[in-house]
This record gives sequence, structure tokens and C-alpha cells, in this order.
Amino acid sequence: MKLKLSGREINSASMEHLERVSGEDAKKCYQCGNCSAGCPVSYEMDMNPSEIIRFLQFGKIDDAMAANSMWVCVGCLQCYSRCPKGVSAASILEGLRQLTLRKGQDHDEVKDLPVEFIKKAPQQAIVSGFRKFVS
Amino acid sequence: MKIPYYPGCTLNTVAKGFETSAKESSKTLGFELEELKGWNCCGATFPLTPDNTMALTAPAKVLAHAKAAGDGNKVTTLCSVCYNVLKRTNHVFKEDKARREVINSFIEESYEGELDVVHYLEVLRDTIGFDKVKEAVTRPLAGVKVAAYYGCMLLRPHEEVAIDDHESPTIIEDLMTALGADAVDFPQKIECCGAHLSMDRTDVVEKLSGNVMSSAVENGAELIVTSCPLCQYNLEKSQERTTVEVSGYKAVPIIYFTQLLGLALGQTDEMAGLKDNEWDARPLLKEKGV
Repeated sequence: MKLKLSGREINSASMEHLERVSGEDAKKCYQCGNCSAGCPVSYEMDMNPSEIIRFLQFGKIDDAMAANSMWVCVGCLQCYSRCPKGVSAASILEGLRQLTLRKGQDHDEVKDLPVEFIKKAPQQAIVSGFRKFVS
Repeated sequence: MKIPYYPGCTLNTVAKGFETSAKESSKTLGFELEELKGWNCCGATFPLTPDNTMALTAPAKVLAHAKAAGDGNKVTTLCSVCYNVLKRTNHVFKEDKARREVINSFIEESYEGELDVVHYLEVLRDTIGFDKVKEAVTRPLAGVKVAAYYGCMLLRPHEEVAIDDHESPTIIEDLMTALGADAVDFPQKIECCGAHLSMDRTDVVEKLSGNVMSSAVENGAELIVTSCPLCQYNLEKSQERTTVEVSGYKAVPIIYFTQLLGLALGQTDEMAGLKDNEWDARPLLKEKGV
């Protein structure tokens, strides 16, 4: 894959915004891949956690936002637990989710939830699901 | 001795056996779980981004009320998620004066992180002692092969919440050993069950929970214990598919660690809430002569 890099993208306002929201500096990552190796859901992601971080290091926030990765991340923090540089890929993915949800772009529609799930699931599943998927 | 206790939403509804067995066990062990009055939901997830301060108001109110309710030293909880959210919020209150002031002014409290948030397992290990628990056992769980499933919330992030070694914990196994059971180790015990993806990606939950259960059973488990109502739900919901997809997999009961604690301390099956579990543990216990 070829990427055209530009200083304008790497230092863009969107990247600064993501850093502020997530509290994470993607540039600290040296791409060892421990996060992706430990991530239980990387097999389902368009881009695994270390790929998301790599794209962000190049300022390619639109590509990171277009991937399904932020919606699949469960926030289990195995990535952070095993990162030698103390980077939380989960926080970066939550930052991307927050940027999307704060624009009112919900990932799930409450009306689409199965009745069986609402009746039987522990409340924490519903509350945390709403927090992750609905603005 | 009374310890202020925060139940959270699930223990009053779909995980009643978790609570009743713990409350009764506490009495046997010489202390009382004193439920906070007028508690509210903890929020069910700790925000992973630092600028989401609003999400901390709910758990902050719980902590402020807990401080006022007891001796001002500690609050305990059973649910792993509640524990994680309260403990991490407490960490913010201890370490971040600016955010503390913002939240306090919003919820009209003056909490400063004075409490220790401790999981019920920590109360048993550090305040009561597993040796004392062992002495109180009247119905040893001899021969029952139990896998302890920790999941994420008791362990991560390790520097803030881990109740034990975050890669290789043994606190639940140590308790099970004290109860006379055979603790089974398995590599997936700290992996995620799929958590809130049960809302829209049951396929992922079934895969992750299936990995956990098949790993436990491969290593000899006849029963799995957990301390998280969402893990318990996800594992139970995924068991049928795991039975179909994993060759040689045989379904096992998935119950709360306090249910086994209660049984070992002499509670009836009803009191320990065993009839509420989708996969009944009673035939196994009967077979083992427990």
C-alpha cells in the first residue's frame, strides 16, 4: 500500500482534536504490534489496533474513522496492558468513537435492539452498550 | 463489623443469587454487607477518554454517599464492572484535583477520594483471611473441578484496579482451594467475553466466550465461576453454540464464586440461588457428593 504523506495532515486540527479527546499521543508507538497480538477482536477489525495507530501517525484520521475497528473494540485494555510504551489503543479507539458520536452519528438504533436482549441482558450490557454506540 | 456495600443494578435483578449468597456468607464469616441507601447506577463503563468528565458524575455520587454512610474508610462491591468503575473514579478523585473540583461542584458534594474501593474478594482475602474462610467450611467442595474466570474488569488497567497479578491472578483459585474445590488453571482466564458487544455483535461474543469456555473445559473444568454478571450472561448465552461448534465440548454450569462460597459455608441450594442458573450445577454437586 502506498500512502502520500503531508505535514498538513499529520499536524491537522482533527489530529490535535483526537489527541486532546483521547489523551493519547499516537507518535509514542514504535509499532511492536503487542496490542494487536493481545487484542481479542483484532480478527474482526478492518484495521487492527497497531494499524490504526500507524495511520494516525501519518495523519490519516479519515481512514481510521472509516474502519470498523472503533465499533468492535470492547475496551478490555489488553492492548494497554501489554504496550511497552504505555499507549492505550483502546483510548484512541474510544476517542474516534467519541468524535463520531458527538456529531450525533449513532452506531446503533435503540429501536433495532432485540426484545429478548432488553428483557434478559444484565442492565450493565445495555447501559454500557448505549454509552459506546449511541450519542 | 459492617462494611458499606454497593450492589449495582444487576444484583437486585438478574444476578440475585450472587448477592444473597454473598450476604449470607458474610454473616457466617462475622461481618455484614450494609447496602447503601438510595444508590444510583455507576454508569456501567468507565470512560476511556479523559475529557469525558460527565460520565464520572454517577459513580462520584455513589462514592460520596458511601463515604457518608459508613466509617468513611471503605466501600465494597461484588460486580466486577461496578468495582472497576468505582475504583477508577476514586483514582481520579485522589489524583486529579482539577477534575475532582469540576465533578464535586456539579454534583454538589465535597468528596476527595478518601475511601478505599475494595472488591468482595479482597475483603475475604485481606480483612477476613482465606484461612478463616477455610475454617468456616462445613460442606467442602471436594472433587469439584472449578475454573476461575476473571475477565477484564478485576484486572485492568493493572496500575489502578488489579486485585492480583494482572497476567496471572490466583485470588479466586485460592478461595476455591480454601473451600475444598480443585482449582483448574486455564490460559483464557483473563481474556474478554465480548462485553457490551452482546448488544449488536452476538457473533463476536459467541466466539470470545466460546474460546474462554472451551479453554476451561479442555483443562478439566466441570464448572466455571465468575464475579461479573455480564461475563456470566455472555458465557451462558454462548454455550449452546460452543457445544455445536467445538468438538468434544460439554456444557458446564457458569455461576458466581459466592454461590460456591455459600454452599461450602452450609447454605441451601435455594439460598445460594442455584436454581436460577441456566446450566444447573446441582447434578454435578450431587454426583460429587457435595
